[in-house]
Amino acid sequence: MDAGRKILLLLAVPVLLIAAWWAATAGSTNFFWPPLAQIAGTFGETWFTGRFTADVLPSLARLLVGYLAAVVLGVGLGTAIGSSRTLRGLLEPVLEFFRAIPSPVLVPILMLFAGIGNEMKVLVIVSGCVWPVLLNTVEGVRALDEVLRDTARCYRLRRRSRLIHLVLRGASPQIAAGARQALSIGIILMVISEMFAASNGVGFTIIQFQRSFAIPQMWTGIIMLGLIGIVLSLIFRVVEARLLSWYTGLRMSQREG
Amino acid sequence: MTAAVTAGAPRRGQGGRRHRALPAWLLGLIGLAGLVAVVELAPRAGLVDARYLPPFSQMVSALAEQAATAEFWQALLETLRGWAIGLSIAMVAGVALGILIGGIPLVRAALNSTIEFLRPIPSVALIPLAVLLFGTDMRSTLLLVVYASFWQVLVQVLYGVRDVDPVARETARSYRFRPLTQVRTVIWPTALPYVMTGFRLGAAVALILEITGELIIGSPGLGKQIAVAQTSGAVASMYALVIVVGLIGVVVNVIARATERRALRWHPSIRREVSS
Repeated sequence: MDAGRKILLLLAVPVLLIAAWWAATAGSTNFFWPPLAQIAGTFGETWFTGRFTADVLPSLARLLVGYLAAVVLGVGLGTAIGSSRTLRGLLEPVLEFFRAIPSPVLVPILMLFAGIGNEMKVLVIVSGCVWPVLLNTVEGVRALDEVLRDTARCYRLRRRSRLIHLVLRGASPQIAAGARQALSIGIILMVISEMFAASNGVGFTIIQFQRSFAIPQMWTGIIMLGLIGIVLSLIFRVVEARLLSWYTGLRMSQREG
Repeated sequence: MTAAVTAGAPRRGQGGRRHRALPAWLLGLIGLAGLVAVVELAPRAGLVDARYLPPFSQMVSALAEQAATAEFWQALLETLRGWAIGLSIAMVAGVALGILIGGIPLVRAALNSTIEFLRPIPSVALIPLAVLLFGTDMRSTLLLVVYASFWQVLVQVLYGVRDVDPVARETARSYRFRPLTQVRTVIWPTALPYVMTGFRLGAAVALILEITGELIIGSPGLGKQIAVAQTSGAVASMYALVIVVGLIGVVVNVIARATERRALRWHPSIRREVSS
C-alpha cells in the first residue's frame, strides 16, 4: 500500500504532463509545435540509425575527457592553494575574476589557440569546469578540522598519507559539491562549443535541424539533450553516494545524536 | 663576498617574516599585478603568438576605443537589462511557486520527481526552440535566462520551506493565523536565507546564460559584440570585451553577497560573523 502510494506520487505528475502535451498537440498543425506522437515516432529513426555513434558518443567522450581533466586539475591546484595561506592570498582575486567570466565566452578565445577541432572543445570544457572544483577544493581544504590536522601531525603521518587520508578525505564533500556544479557547466559547454563550430556532436546536429527547419527532429534533439542531462546527473549521484557513504552516515548519526 | 652573504642572511630571515605578515589585500594586489605582467610580457617575449594573445596594454587601448563608442554602452545596457529582467522573473516565479509547492506536502511529494527530472535538463537545449519562436530578439535570450535561474531559486526555496520549525508552524495553525500571515511570519523568515542563496546562485547563472544567448543566438548585447569582434578578427577588442564581462561577473557576485548580508542582518549566522 505504502509502496504503491509512493510510486503513484512519483509517476502521477510526469505522466499527466506528458499526457497533457500529447493531447494539446494531438491534432496540431502548428509548424513549431508538432504532435508529440510525431516527435516520438521520429526519435528512434533520428538518433538510433547511426547518429548515436556518430554524434552522441563523440560529444560524450569530449565531455568525459574534459570533465575528468578539470576535476584532477581543480583538486590538485585547489589542494595546493588551500594549504598555503600566502598562495591563497596571492591568487584569490585572480581566481574570483576567472570564475566570474561566463565560461561560454572562452569558446571564441580558445578557438584562436586550438582551432575548431576536438582539442578546442575539450579545452573549453576543462576551462569552464575547473573553477567550481578548484574553488570548492580550496574551501574544503581550508575548513579542515583543526583537531584532526593536529592529530595527524602528532601521529607523524607521512605527507602522502596525510594528503590522502586527511586532506582529500576531509575536503571530499566540498569537492563533490564543486564537481556537481562542474558537471552541469560541462554539459552546457559541450553543447555550446558544438553549436559554435563543429562537424559532429549533439549540439551541432540540433542546430542543423533548426536551420533546416526539421522541426520534429529538432524536438527530438531537445529531448535527447534533456535525457543526457538527466542520465549524467543520475550517474553522478550514484558515484557520489558510494564515495561519500561515510560522510552521509556521519551526518545522519550526528543529527540523531 | 663572504661578508655580503653573512650580512644578507639575517635580512632575508626578517624579510621572510614580514612577507608572512602581508595583509590579504596586498597579496591579492600582487597576484593581480602578476597576472597583468604575464599577459603583457608573454606575447612581447614571444612565448605565445601575439595574434592570439595581444599584450595587456593593447587590450586596454582597445577597451578605451570601445568605451568611446555609443555601441558599446548600448550593448552593455542591453546585457544588464536582459539579466535584470530575467533574474527578476525567475525570482518572483521561483519564490511564489516554491512557497506554494513547499507549503502543501501532498503537492510537494507529487511534484518532487518532476522537478528532479526537469532540473538537470541543460538550458542550452532550448536554444533552437527559442530561435524559432523569437528569432534573434532579446526575448529568446530571456527565455534561457529565466529557465536556468528559475530552477536555482525554486530548489533553494523548497529547501527553505522544508526547514521551517514544525512547532512554529503548528503554533501558527493553533492560533488560526491566516495562510498569508503564516507565510509572512513563519515560513518567510526561515526561508529567507535559502532565498538569498538562490538569488546569489541565480544571479550568476543568469549572467552566464545572458552572455551565452547573445553569443550563440545573436541577440543584442556584449556577447554579440564578442562574436562580432571574433569574426572580424579584432582580437584585442574581443579580449577587452571578455574582461568587461568578467568584471560584470565580479560586480554581480559582490552585489549579490552584499544583498544577502543586508537582507539577513538579523540572522544568527551573519550576526556571528560580524561580531567575531
